[in-house]
Amino acid sequence: MISLYVNGHPVEIDAPADTPLLWAIRDHLGMTGTKFGCGAALCGACTVHVNGQATRSCSMPLGSAAGKKVTTIEGLSSDRSHPLQKAWIAEQVPQCGYCQSGMIMAAAALLAETPHPTDADIDASMTNICRCGTYARVRKAIHTAAGN
Amino acid sequence: MLVRSIAAIFTAMSCSFPLPAISDEANSAELFAKIAPVFQSPRCMNCHTVTTFPKQGNDRHRHSMNVARGRDGHGVVGLTCSACHQRENQLASGVPGADEDWRLAPLSMGWENLSVGDLCRRLLDPSRNGGRTGAGVVDHLSTNLVRWAWAPGSSIASGPRTVPPLEYEDFVHAADEWIKTGSRCPD
Repeated sequence: MISLYVNGHPVEIDAPADTPLLWAIRDHLGMTGTKFGCGAALCGACTVHVNGQATRSCSMPLGSAAGKKVTTIEGLSSDRSHPLQKAWIAEQVPQCGYCQSGMIMAAAALLAETPHPTDADIDASMTNICRCGTYARVRKAIHTAAGN
Repeated sequence: MLVRSIAAIFTAMSCSFPLPAISDEANSAELFAKIAPVFQSPRCMNCHTVTTFPKQGNDRHRHSMNVARGRDGHGVVGLTCSACHQRENQLASGVPGADEDWRLAPLSMGWENLSVGDLCRRLLDPSRNGGRTGAGVVDHLSTNLVRWAWAPGSSIASGPRTVPPLEYEDFVHAADEWIKTGSRCPD
């Protein structure tokens, strides 16, 4: 049994320590907002925050998350009121939407440390892949959320 | 010849100045030549780059996904090295990890495009190596990050990663001897 905090709540997960955090979140906790994309820490669809740091959950073993604070897209806000969520809607960012929870979580980590990012900051931090090619709207929405 | 003459003068004067023996000096440079291929292996060089990004693979291509060095070599906000590289190699994703913060070497310790002699001198330069002298020059070799190179796991794309060309214990022993014999550099 591995104990950690997910979206502010203590949880215990009965899974092997080498289970990727992604599958603990999705299969054991039933929180499917975090997506499986490539499974190789490349695409970013599985991005969550671990102790505030953006982390590719497909590549983090559950055991390494023991005792830590994990935030998923479901925990970013309780009522979709996070500035990024508002900006994502305002700028109509998603197309198919599959990658967008990871995009938003990566963007949230960026804004937490760099409240007013430049285009260069965004380009360096946002390496998530979007098959629909929403990159321009992602950048615009981040600027909107930042109040730039 | 000049060095031998000076050494002979010191010997004749029964001077206690710790001048390394000529054979030690030559041996020291040879020792570095022996360990240099380890430093130059992809497992080490891919993070000892002179670029704003890490590299990966034995062909040392640019790290995928536009991964960047960042201000301190730990990546950028939103995509730090540890966003993907955990405390051990990951079987499911193939992403390598070590029980230490995954990071790039500082630019001052970039080794790309250096000859063996220049690499040696780069290692010894306190202005570039974090002020290390003596045995401190090789203290990094005992870290988990360096040890990882000998247990690098497998890539899901290309299979088991190759390891440096010397056994770890032989490498560390030779590096220690290199220091003890005067840390001489090949030309």
